[in-house]
Amino acid sequence: MTSIIELHQIRKSYGMGTPVVTEVLHGIDLSIREGEFAALTGPSGSGKSTLLNLIGLLEKPTSGQILVGGQDTEGLDDAAVTALRGRAIGFIFQFHHLLPGFTALENVMMPSIIDAGWPTTAAKEAALRLLEQVGLKDAADKRPSQLSGGMQQRVAVARALSLSPRLILADEPTGNLDTHSANDIFELLQSVNQQQQSACLIVTHDPALASRCARQIQIVDGQLVPAPGLS
Amino acid sequence: MAVRLPFAWMVCLRYLREGRMQTLLILAGVTGGVAVIIFLTTLISQLQVSIIDKTLGSQAHIVIRAPQAVNRTSLPPDSTAAIIQPRAQRLRGVDQWASVAQLAAQTPGVLAVSPMVSGAGFAARADASQSVALMGVDATAFQRIVRMPKYLQNGQFDVSGTNTVIGIELAKDLGLAVGDKLRLVTMDGRDDLFSVAGIFDIGNRDLNRRWVFTSIKVAQSLLNLPGGITQIDLRVADLFAADATARQLQAQTGLTVDSWMQTNAQLLSALNSQSMSNNLIRFFVTVIVAVGIASVLVVSVVQKQKEIGILRAMGASPWRIMSVFLLQGGLYGLVGSALGSGLALALLNFFAKITRNADGSALVNGELELSVVVSACALALGVGLLAAVLPARRAARLDPVQAIRV
Repeated sequence: MTSIIELHQIRKSYGMGTPVVTEVLHGIDLSIREGEFAALTGPSGSGKSTLLNLIGLLEKPTSGQILVGGQDTEGLDDAAVTALRGRAIGFIFQFHHLLPGFTALENVMMPSIIDAGWPTTAAKEAALRLLEQVGLKDAADKRPSQLSGGMQQRVAVARALSLSPRLILADEPTGNLDTHSANDIFELLQSVNQQQQSACLIVTHDPALASRCARQIQIVDGQLVPAPGLS
Repeated sequence: MAVRLPFAWMVCLRYLREGRMQTLLILAGVTGGVAVIIFLTTLISQLQVSIIDKTLGSQAHIVIRAPQAVNRTSLPPDSTAAIIQPRAQRLRGVDQWASVAQLAAQTPGVLAVSPMVSGAGFAARADASQSVALMGVDATAFQRIVRMPKYLQNGQFDVSGTNTVIGIELAKDLGLAVGDKLRLVTMDGRDDLFSVAGIFDIGNRDLNRRWVFTSIKVAQSLLNLPGGITQIDLRVADLFAADATARQLQAQTGLTVDSWMQTNAQLLSALNSQSMSNNLIRFFVTVIVAVGIASVLVVSVVQKQKEIGILRAMGASPWRIMSVFLLQGGLYGLVGSALGSGLALALLNFFAKITRNADGSALVNGELELSVVVSACALALGVGLLAAVLPARRAARLDPVQAIRV
């Protein structure tokens, strides 16, 4: 299988140009393949979020190479990186991060609106289908504040899927939910992974959830370590 | 969604709706600011036009006269003392006036040229007499300088033959009516009998008593200036360029050329300080509106920081984010100026109703000049956009990771 994203010798330091330079990632090599379902685990402060931000092209590495679909992102300007991110990657955050001023449907449509410049009928139909898939067809016209935590996160999943990205990055998508809702979301991600063939990378604290993922990536002190059950 | 709203519009309108209170307050601010600017500008320009019209309606914008006679002395350069008395200025004609008049007529910006012979004289009827200013004019040409028909109370502005037109005060003093006879006498004893063809009221008691119009020919013979004229009156298109035109003509002819701006220096400085205070008010109102819009947007950017981060993470480019806030600023300006124009119109109509001239006519009319409205709206739009630039840039430069973490 081909790689969606490849990281070569990625280092990331904070506080560059100040007396206290902290290197958070010490030379990471990682590749996420098409259709993969992976968990990223590690203790607090191990660099999980930083790694996820780098994979999501939200941050730039201090050194090293990031290839998206074989294309080097080094030297791309802000607009080009933004466009690449918008189309290739869908985000699910720990806190749903829906836009409060927009309805569930509009939130799901937002990535395609951003991509196309305006809302199209096709985008609306696709968004409705996605909401149906996450079981929230009836909540299409509700604002995020009118939905429960689990429902909000499901809208966020639908939104992450809206441009059929090849990679979905989920930063503790269940961290803020009760066990039941958490399980729902996890299963939703699994079904998305199987139906849409989108690769999923899930950051989680929960060993039980991690063990249900096909691949487990563990990071400790800014370095990848072989995890138990590595496939 | 029936209407395909582009992204920036959609997000911007939603933000405006979300922050209803902010939107209403800043719109009220911009509306008030634009209304003040339009109202003041219109009011002051109307008042100025009416003041200028009242003052300059009865006088030429530029007057060309013969230069003053000066003493030529031939004192040796090392002389230490001399008493030089100023010369008495006898009535002198403008040298080569016909070609000067032609030159003036060809000068750009000059609308009308009227030669005049004027000098001192007396108007007498029976035992009564009054000192007057004899003014020999060409009726057609002079009416292009001073709109005499507007001021005529009785009869018409006819100075042909031995007809004369006099002011209402002189008519009262001498007990004259249209058709009556009147004797005009000059200092060296020349005199003639005239019949009153018209009586005018120019709105100034002194001029109503002093001005007596005759034809150029008659005035020339009464004042002993055969073929000569004493001044050339001009009317110009741009009132406030009168001085420049006067200077140009003076340089070309070497004659004494005075514009209304010199003869009415006080009026001019009053008009100027009025315009200046208007400009000051406009400047400060504009600055306040700009600061208001900018501060609302700065707050809005801070409030929306997280959402901006999310939009950025979903693929919205910095420029897209920037355009949302630029649009917001532009809309504040545009909508505010539309409302402000309406408010200004209402204010102006109200003002027109409650204020009256001495003669009961309206001091101002309740009409807006399109150019004033358009420029005020353009100003508001520009100010809105400009005020939005800094907050919008701030929004565009937000780091998505940082913004989402907040």
